[in-house]
Amino acid sequence: MMDKTHTIDLRNISKEYDGIKVLDNINLYIRKNEFLTLLGPSGCGKTTTLRIIGGFEQPTEGKVIFEGKDITTLPPYERQINTVFQKYALFPHMNVFDNIAFGLKIKKMAKDDIKARVKEMLRLVNLKGFENRSIDSLSGGQQQRVAIARALVNEPKVLLLDEPLGALDLKLRKEMQTELKNMQKRVGITFIYVTHDQEEALTMSDTIVVMDKGIIQQIGTPVDIYNEPKNAFVAKFIGESNIVDGIMIEDYIVEFAGRTFKCVDKGFNQKEEVDVVIRPEDLEIVPLEEGLLKGIVMSVTFKGVHYEMMVKDGSIDWMVHSTIMKPVGTEIGMNVLPENIHIMEKVIKE
Amino acid sequence: MRMKWTSYPYILWMIIFIVVPLALILLFSITTGEEGGIKNLQFTLDNFKRFLDPKYLDVLWISISLALKSTAITLLLGYPMAMIIAREKPKRRNIMILLFVIPMWMNFLLRTYAWLTLLGKNGLINYIVIKLGFKPLNLIYNDLAVLLGMVYNFLPFMVLPIYSVLIKIDKSLIEAAEDLGANKIKVFSRVTFPLSIPGIITGITMVFMPAVSTFVISRLLGGGQYMLIGNLVEQQFLWVGDWHFGSAISIIMMAFILLTMAITAKFDSQKGEGGRLW
Repeated sequence: MMDKTHTIDLRNISKEYDGIKVLDNINLYIRKNEFLTLLGPSGCGKTTTLRIIGGFEQPTEGKVIFEGKDITTLPPYERQINTVFQKYALFPHMNVFDNIAFGLKIKKMAKDDIKARVKEMLRLVNLKGFENRSIDSLSGGQQQRVAIARALVNEPKVLLLDEPLGALDLKLRKEMQTELKNMQKRVGITFIYVTHDQEEALTMSDTIVVMDKGIIQQIGTPVDIYNEPKNAFVAKFIGESNIVDGIMIEDYIVEFAGRTFKCVDKGFNQKEEVDVVIRPEDLEIVPLEEGLLKGIVMSVTFKGVHYEMMVKDGSIDWMVHSTIMKPVGTEIGMNVLPENIHIMEKVIKE
Repeated sequence: MRMKWTSYPYILWMIIFIVVPLALILLFSITTGEEGGIKNLQFTLDNFKRFLDPKYLDVLWISISLALKSTAITLLLGYPMAMIIAREKPKRRNIMILLFVIPMWMNFLLRTYAWLTLLGKNGLINYIVIKLGFKPLNLIYNDLAVLLGMVYNFLPFMVLPIYSVLIKIDKSLIEAAEDLGANKIKVFSRVTFPLSIPGIITGITMVFMPAVSTFVISRLLGGGQYMLIGNLVEQQFLWVGDWHFGSAISIIMMAFILLTMAITAKFDSQKGEGGRLW
């Protein structure tokens, strides 16, 4: 039953704090050398999941399997897993060298080997010659690199990263995203990455796990998750979406906005109420008379690559992304291809 | 920098109550003259020479060694206490700290007197000892009683600064150390302890200084014959009336305290440059 390519298996993990469930029956496997991202809004349980893998929290129920062995109750210092903490957690009483060498010194490695390994790591994270610098003399980005070096120098089988780029400015964040991805490919270590930034997740991951309210909503590749969101939450969280009420007339036919459309989904009950999800860039602006959907442009925002327009169609406000700008007040027609109409089971609202 | 007029009252206060008395003590220490007067003063270093007498040096030595011992004991007792309190949940933590502080609301003299009734010949402890059929113990008027009094009175001054440093240590640093393979003992020796050194330094200073100069504890628990440097100063001013010699002893004591503070401060700054205790 154990797949050799799995590094970590989470089996039926649940976690409660004072009777409140923060993780509900999480089942997840992480493959060797994979870049896996836990993505979700704050409070969705992604950090708790990471802390359970790291050994900082014990699950209320369930097991953590690491390379076939149950490590659920193993303390953090006995796991072959290292962590890059959210606020780096660098030791303020040590310089850069001592911070990075911390794990190696604990393993009682020979001094010369430690020196060589730290030097090699500093080169990897582009901080050559920073050995004797004190931590508070470093910028946020540099501290980030030291934190990564401090974890990677121990050659862990798995590296956990808890929103490591959260404190950096946008430009630096983009740079570090590419750098982290390259580093992961070079060192060949499994990365488990926690973020609430969907763009970051899409850019870096091999696999994305979308979480909400302690439940896994969807597991898939970035392309899968973006193009085939499983439910309205995922669609809304990953990128921008128009979500409207619809009724499934029969297989491949859906009714919404007062019209029927062809679509590619089947297997719903007849007349079942569904959520219809359409990405703003999939709404194509066409001449008024050719459009299946019609509406009046209410606002236009320039977004760089495209314009974002809000189009009012009766009670529905469509968000449209297009390179063509239509001025406020014009009535326009819009079309959408059948494969761009995503039909989802209605989430029962609490 | 231009001084604001708002600081004038404070400067006046400091001049009247700190600078002038200090200057007077310094003046008295290097002069001789009639008792208590400042007319007809003659400059001399005799007061300091007089202190070099072995019987006075002995008093200095006993004072310092007792102060060092009590500082060491409060540190050994206080550090684990501070750690235990710092680990508690906030609610219990505050109650424990309150329990530590409450005795300090009571008069220092009263607290020390209380020990008299506990340790004395007819005190509570000896009462029980006699009831159990043993000979009464000699618990008071010795080094141990004075040491006990110092440790008891000064322990909060060690616990509180260490505690306040410990609770400020970022939990994620502890987790990071564990993550990097450090077990509980190594986490303590390499992270928690080095980061708490500023608290230890403050604690040591706050215990050592009053301990080396106390005369109340030694008077009450050490008995009338018991002589620490604080008692010596008191004696010179109140009973002998030799203000000049008393001032000289005060100056010597101040020099000692400044020296120890300089040493501890140096320890503290070394740490800041990334050094470690081990």
